[in-house]
Amino acid sequence: MRDAPVLLEMRAITKEFPGVKALSDVNLVVRQGEIHAIAGENGAGKSTLMKVLSGVHPYGSYTGQILYEGTESRFADIRASEHAGIVIIHQELALVPGLSITENIFLGNEPRRGGVIDWKTANRRALELMALVGLEEDPDTLIKDIGVGKQQLVEIAKAFAKNVKLLILDEPTAALNETDSRHLLDLLRDFRQRGITSIIISHKLNEIAEIADAITILRDGHTIETLDVKADGVDEDRIVRGMVGRELHSRFPDHTPDIGEVFFEVRDWTVRHPVASDRLVAKNASFTVRRGEIVGFAGLMGAGRTELAMSVFGRSYGVYVSGQIIKDGREIVIKSVSDAIEHGLAYVSEDRKSIGLNLLDDIKTSVVAAKLSKITKRGVIDHVREHQAAESYRSSLRVKAPTVDEPVTTLSGGNQQKVVLAKWMFTDPDLLILDEPTRGIDVGAKYEIYGIIQRLADQGKGVIVISSELPELIGLCDRIYTVFEGTITGDIPRRDADPELLLKQMTSVKKAQRS
Amino acid sequence: MSRVKELQKSLFGGNTSNARQFGMIFTLVAIVLLFEILTGGLTLNPGNLISLVSQYSYILLLAIGMLMVIVAGHIDLSVGSVAAFVGIVVAQVMQDYAVPWFLAVLIGLAVGAVIGAWQGFWVAYVGVPAFIVTLAGMMLFRGGNQFIGNANTIPVPEGFRVIGSGFLPEVGPDTGYNNLTLLLGLVVCVAVVVREWRGRRTRREMGADAAPMWISVIRVAVPLAVIVFATLQFAGGRVGTSFPVSGIILGVLVVIYSFITRNTAGGRHIYAVGGNARAAELSGVKLKRVNFMVMMNMSVLAALAGMIFVARSAASGPQDGIGWELDAIAAVFIGGAAVSGGLGTISGSIVGGLVMAVLNNGLQLLGVGSDRVQIIKGLVLLLAVAFDVYNKKQGRFSVIDSLMRPFRRDTPTGPASSSEAGQERGKSPVAG
Repeated sequence: MRDAPVLLEMRAITKEFPGVKALSDVNLVVRQGEIHAIAGENGAGKSTLMKVLSGVHPYGSYTGQILYEGTESRFADIRASEHAGIVIIHQELALVPGLSITENIFLGNEPRRGGVIDWKTANRRALELMALVGLEEDPDTLIKDIGVGKQQLVEIAKAFAKNVKLLILDEPTAALNETDSRHLLDLLRDFRQRGITSIIISHKLNEIAEIADAITILRDGHTIETLDVKADGVDEDRIVRGMVGRELHSRFPDHTPDIGEVFFEVRDWTVRHPVASDRLVAKNASFTVRRGEIVGFAGLMGAGRTELAMSVFGRSYGVYVSGQIIKDGREIVIKSVSDAIEHGLAYVSEDRKSIGLNLLDDIKTSVVAAKLSKITKRGVIDHVREHQAAESYRSSLRVKAPTVDEPVTTLSGGNQQKVVLAKWMFTDPDLLILDEPTRGIDVGAKYEIYGIIQRLADQGKGVIVISSELPELIGLCDRIYTVFEGTITGDIPRRDADPELLLKQMTSVKKAQRS
Repeated sequence: MSRVKELQKSLFGGNTSNARQFGMIFTLVAIVLLFEILTGGLTLNPGNLISLVSQYSYILLLAIGMLMVIVAGHIDLSVGSVAAFVGIVVAQVMQDYAVPWFLAVLIGLAVGAVIGAWQGFWVAYVGVPAFIVTLAGMMLFRGGNQFIGNANTIPVPEGFRVIGSGFLPEVGPDTGYNNLTLLLGLVVCVAVVVREWRGRRTRREMGADAAPMWISVIRVAVPLAVIVFATLQFAGGRVGTSFPVSGIILGVLVVIYSFITRNTAGGRHIYAVGGNARAAELSGVKLKRVNFMVMMNMSVLAALAGMIFVARSAASGPQDGIGWELDAIAAVFIGGAAVSGGLGTISGSIVGGLVMAVLNNGLQLLGVGSDRVQIIKGLVLLLAVAFDVYNKKQGRFSVIDSLMRPFRRDTPTGPASSSEAGQERGKSPVAG
């Protein structure tokens, strides 16, 4: 790839926000037909750089030069950059759920004949584009009826409808399961064959190491280095070293588990889908958690892990059919979230922005939100105790914020996640269910979150971790359950856990119930 | 952070809604002064102040309830009709059954509670959007008013009229002022001082550095000056008039509801539900109960407002309360509440309501026709909210800073963009 002509060169890009220098003297050289990854921790400037490139930050709001196809480009807005063939696909997909695949592909770009949409051409081209990205669906299917993986493909098809020359993907696999991620990565390789250039931003370093031809690493708004993957023999550790500026010895803190008795047990848990009443999202699921144990739930997206967890947590998902919860040897009945909290359960949701936090809150109101009774006397809030409680978590979890009066929206993903953890630690739970606790969080913050999880276990609490990242489960958990279509298909102790075995159990019911 | 901003933060608190509130107070003062000049001193004269309070207290009362409804993410279009319905019921029972007036008030509140329970049931437990439920309620109870009263006007007895047109009585020695009003003013002054003192103590307990003494002095001195002035005006009016009873009812409710929304778990739940209902539910908040209570409370306050209005106009009629819901909603939004819920304060809504009231009153004093008054009020509402929306896009709002900007040359970029960077980081904290 070293010899391929340069498609894009960003020279000495500096972008300042008052008080913050988001980018300083950043250089990026992308060659024709390569997959170029940009790696860096949160706040390193990756997104800002892409916003400069795509015209979200228009020409004039930054200093430096963008040379694209050999000429200097001065994009005034996104339309201008799209016109030049630069298309960015954001992590939050920009699709309209109530419209069909075809309609979404051509949204704002409809083939027209005399001012009227030419549906015949649209449908024909949609089918072509869908074939190109390997999407097998009826083009009239509504977006809301297809999964995230396929939605991502629609986004890419949409980019192709605009004659893309440089495709930018921001965290494309963050929300995808293993199979869909695989498919997407294969697709990118396929595009490379066809000479399409891609830039990919991802926190999943294994994917970057596997797929990218070149990697540019940013740290604190500076370009650290650009690695040629093949020539330099780059692996994950090498990337991490560049990102954090030091060798990270282990991705998981050292931990010696101290596991006690089984104190929490769910027996034959069966739950119906909230709308489709003939569908069961959990089928006779049984599991146990011991004191001080970190238990993993592995499964593909849609396997029903979140649904299972939420239905146990105060029936907050689906319709309860049957099953028992036994805690400390006694059966308990949990009918609502407040019952669940009362019984010492905590559920840290998968999606902290849409259901985990009230984004209008500041840190202190978020921290106390799930157990106001601890800081109220006869219903009246004691603001001093609220402040003290929040302050103690801010310092013990090392939340990066000057005060607890800071709104949660000003925090980075990792720090927001710490606030959510604090919110649930504040409820003094015996069992914490953490759903994708490190999604979208950078390497350093992940390490800290793992440390917090281990400390919670050491306090004798049980912790359930639901994660789509197998290395995370294997590195962190003492025992892993595999879930497939609402059924628990395996119970694998740490020493036996390897990705291959887990994947096998995650994709089939027939395997042994207990290995 | 600029010094101006720091000063603003210590005077008014640091967050956006406080800053917004300051903007509204500033606007209110400006409007009052403007009309004071334009009307040649009529606006702040005792007679006008007294009629201002008794004329708008019921709208402000509705604004209290509406604030909570809007914070929870709903709307209530039925308040005018509910007020009229309760008004006619109360007038009718007093006329037909000679029920004593205090009992009639209780009956009115009970009817309000039943209506509120009805609407709350549909909103909270069936899940019909409040817009629809209360639009239905608007028709239903308007019709109910005319059905019960046969579209006639029914007078109410003298005793009942106190809550709408009564004043603090004259007692004690002749001081040239109404003594009870003076006492009331004194109580409020003491309350302001105590509040500031307790606030400082709380901040010390939190370990935060308390603001310098002179800031506290300003925070106390300015309100005290306003209260002393208002007290003298209200107490020094025509003999027989003083601070209206309806104003006292309003004041008490403002204090109670401010406390509830700010300092109780129940109040915090309303904000949680409006900010993110699903997150609130997953934090153990009983969503349905909160929605039910908020809708029910609104109708009870509407009932009270209806009775005060009937008492003031001495009779209940079929045209009572028309358009009140819109005045209340306007007050809440001018006072800084978010259309999407989760944000807003009682005091902000009261200030918003006062802006509308003073505007209305001032224009009337100037002899401006009701056609043009409507147009001006409409524009004020639009501009106030547009200003808010614009500021949200630009980042955080700062009136002082925007006022000071022309006098500063050293900082080329305004403070607005500095928080834009913060916002942006907040918006995409994942891919940095």
